[in-house]
Amino acid sequence: MSEFIINPGVEIRNAQFELRQFQLRVAVASGFVLFMFFILFARFVYLQLVQHEHYETLAEANRISVVPIVPNRGIIVDRNGVLLAHNYSAYTLEIRPDKVADMDQLIDTLATVVDITPRDRRRFSKLLEESKSFESLPIRNRLSDEEVARFAANRYRFRGVEINARLFRQYPQGELFAHVVGHIGRINQAELDKLEEDGDDANYRGTDYVGKVGLEQSYERYLHGTTGVEEMEVDSGGRAVRTLSRSAPVSGANLILSLDAKLQEAAYRAFGDNRGALVAIDPSTGAVLAFVSKPGFDPNLFVDGIDPQNWKELNESPDRPMLNRALAGTYPPGSTFKPYMALAGLTYGKRRPEQTISDPGYFNFGGHVFHDDKKGGHGLVDMYKSIVASCDTYYYMLANDLGIDHIASFMRMFGFGSRTGIDIPGEAAGTLPSQEWKARRFKQKWYAGETISVGIGQGYNAYTPLQLAQAVATLANGGTLYPPHIVSQIENVATRARTTPTLPPPRTAEVKPEYLRVIQQAMIGVNKEGTGAAAFAGASYLSAGKTGTAQVIAIKQGEKYVESRVAERHRDHALFIAYAPVEAPRIALAVIVENAGFGARAAAPIARQMFDYYIAGKQPTAVKINGVPSNDDESD
Amino acid sequence: MTTRAIREITRRLTAHVDWPLLSMTLILMAVGLTVIYSGSNESYARVSAQIVNILVALGVMYLCANIPPHYLTRIAPPLYVLGVLLLVAVWRFGDIAHGAQRWLNLGVTRIQPSEIMKIAVPLMLAWYFDRYAATLKLKHYLVATLLLLIPVAFIVKQPDLGTALLISAAGAFVLFFAGLPWKAIAGLAIAACASLPLVWSAMHDYQRQRILTLIDPSQDPLGAGYHTIQSTIAVGSGGLLGKGWLQGTQTHLDFIPERTTDFIFAVFSEEFGLLGNMLLLVVFLAVIARGMMITANAPTLFTRLLAGGITLTFFTYAFVNMAMVSGILPVVGVPLPLISYGGTSLVTICLGLGVLMSIQSHKKLVQT
Repeated sequence: MSEFIINPGVEIRNAQFELRQFQLRVAVASGFVLFMFFILFARFVYLQLVQHEHYETLAEANRISVVPIVPNRGIIVDRNGVLLAHNYSAYTLEIRPDKVADMDQLIDTLATVVDITPRDRRRFSKLLEESKSFESLPIRNRLSDEEVARFAANRYRFRGVEINARLFRQYPQGELFAHVVGHIGRINQAELDKLEEDGDDANYRGTDYVGKVGLEQSYERYLHGTTGVEEMEVDSGGRAVRTLSRSAPVSGANLILSLDAKLQEAAYRAFGDNRGALVAIDPSTGAVLAFVSKPGFDPNLFVDGIDPQNWKELNESPDRPMLNRALAGTYPPGSTFKPYMALAGLTYGKRRPEQTISDPGYFNFGGHVFHDDKKGGHGLVDMYKSIVASCDTYYYMLANDLGIDHIASFMRMFGFGSRTGIDIPGEAAGTLPSQEWKARRFKQKWYAGETISVGIGQGYNAYTPLQLAQAVATLANGGTLYPPHIVSQIENVATRARTTPTLPPPRTAEVKPEYLRVIQQAMIGVNKEGTGAAAFAGASYLSAGKTGTAQVIAIKQGEKYVESRVAERHRDHALFIAYAPVEAPRIALAVIVENAGFGARAAAPIARQMFDYYIAGKQPTAVKINGVPSNDDESD
Repeated sequence: MTTRAIREITRRLTAHVDWPLLSMTLILMAVGLTVIYSGSNESYARVSAQIVNILVALGVMYLCANIPPHYLTRIAPPLYVLGVLLLVAVWRFGDIAHGAQRWLNLGVTRIQPSEIMKIAVPLMLAWYFDRYAATLKLKHYLVATLLLLIPVAFIVKQPDLGTALLISAAGAFVLFFAGLPWKAIAGLAIAACASLPLVWSAMHDYQRQRILTLIDPSQDPLGAGYHTIQSTIAVGSGGLLGKGWLQGTQTHLDFIPERTTDFIFAVFSEEFGLLGNMLLLVVFLAVIARGMMITANAPTLFTRLLAGGITLTFFTYAFVNMAMVSGILPVVGVPLPLISYGGTSLVTICLGLGVLMSIQSHKKLVQT
């Protein structure tokens, strides 16, 4: 300071000036501090008052993890309590794909600890393609205790891999009920979208599986149950700290079917190696007793996602095991159509029972010759004989007299050509030909000549075995169409209370009882002295039936169908419809054996085995259908 | 001894203590202990460790309050030179041994030379300006800026961007109080804005990430944005009155990182709400106001500049920390002064407050 003493006045003025300058700066700095603190304050007001609810929600979402508790899926049993679908608990090895960088390498390393087959790998990579990335996917199911222990010891090496105890669906009857019970499978994107659309997605949190086909699909909302919820307080590492609240899950309902597992097995065994379908119904209720489509497949393959190789085999097999023949297969009814034709003839007044025609072995319509199966014809034929001997000419004439629209409207009463409304999905409607149908389907007019072959169940006729069974049950019970159904009761697991599913009301086929009796008598005749007599010889009960043969390929005019000359898959289908006992029918059925030739030889013996078991309690054996008969003239 | 004698001894012993500053400091320390207890999930060990830190820091504060300011002018240049040498040592040593490293291992103890610079830089600049007080020209401001930039450059190199910014701020405040012309301030502000792209390109990836994260934390909710998102949630969910002491869910379920150190304000804010925040802001403002009063009344240019620099540095700590926790500044490692757990920052802060007390109390003595 000493050098400035020379001019003290200037120095003091400067100092005062500087002090004022400095105090201005202090004031500016204080203003700056206040301003910045005001920004902080504004930010706190924004976060803690304006946005408080938003952040509180986020904090709660952080803190509370809602863990779904998946309910046990309902089990499915037959009428006697035989298990058809149930659950068991097992350990699975699961991978969270979003936490894995190199999947192949991870699986290679995993395979050194736990047994992983190429099939597991294929199945897993298929699951991986179909799934959302954050989902935990099973690489191995049903780990042994030893494998669980081995993995637990090596767990630190596998990020994103975990062991979970899960309930698995199992179908202990294997392929026997594949087409009825169906199966579950992992929920796919389309199903997820559907669940969201229906507002059911909350109830499916934690559920990986959903019914894909059969009863598992149609009764999904009963079988699944209600998902429980556990509210857990978790820390930032996701570890549960404590349970806040818990609502228990409600187990899915059990299904009790009207099916009889033993009868089903009897039918299955009776088919032997043949393809075909059988539906047996209790004619007094519409309850389905047996529902067979052969060949079947093992539904257990689908539960955890089928591997590509098995899928390819099932999908590309010429036997089409995935096709539910009883439900979605449509076949010409062949001669099993004749009893209904006769009934239509009576109802529309075109025939009287005793009225006879002369059968020369063919019917000539406008230059076209329609042949009877029997060369030279059946001679004089009345209604009884027309059914017992299955005379084609009689029905060529009758169809011509009735006209296609009378036939169609009469057959509609028996349910031909419309879905029965059975409680499994995927039913086909079949084809009941009429003028209107042809105009709609082909935009063509109906030719009178086309009516002729409709009369013997050929032509455009195509019905499901289920429709054939429903129709014969209606014949058996005197004209009531009960909607066929498979589930007889739904059981609440907690209360054991059983409820019966509501069914649509039965419909009535408007036919006079005396006409019906004529037809029933003729069908009894079939099994006593007609085309079914050989199959039912010595039966301890009285049954009624009608054989049929459905053409697979068209036969040229004037050419005789010779079974041995036709390739196996082009051979005719064998059909049989029947019911028993005639006094008070307890079982009515329709059976079709694909490419097995005459109904009398291939299909009727299966019906015999069923009746023997169901009515007389006899155990069934496989029916021998192989070998070509010597008699070319055999008629169905 | 008479009561008068005892009174006289007490008066002498506490002659240099500034009671307003001390009481605010004790309030903040008490708040700190309360929140550390909650943030450490009720750990007495943490709390007692901090009590030890507090006692040491108060001792340093008392010591500094009793050192007359003109002694500080003597230690300013040597302290600055020592600090720079240590930074060079860190830079050299770090390059050889640990890569980017802030600590210097002296064998017995580890020191963080950048901490020394937090006090050494304002001290040095105040000393420098005071020395040329009568003839301040633009040249002196340039030299002062250079004196500031040398240590900052080393610290940026470490890299420790947060500390570098705080030290730059402390130096800038001294420059400001020393009468840096307004035109120069405006020019520097424009130059700073213009150099932003350059700074951006010189930054490390993680530093850029922090800034990007600030702009949109949801971009990377589990990575760099996690801390910001979780601390903002903690603050917002506190609401008006807070969730109550020991009741913060974000705190006690481990969602907030660094709950007793850099992010302690999130814990406070969650448990004591807007009301608590307001009271805390008031106490911080009181400390700063007292500092500003001392600054305005300081007798010499050196003490004015030093007091102003210390006060605004304290403000910067508090502001940057709370702004970072509430998501308006990027995440930088700045503790909340007097509240966050940790001895180093506590001692540094109390050292500064002690110097403030000394400036205030020795002014009175000079006057009498």
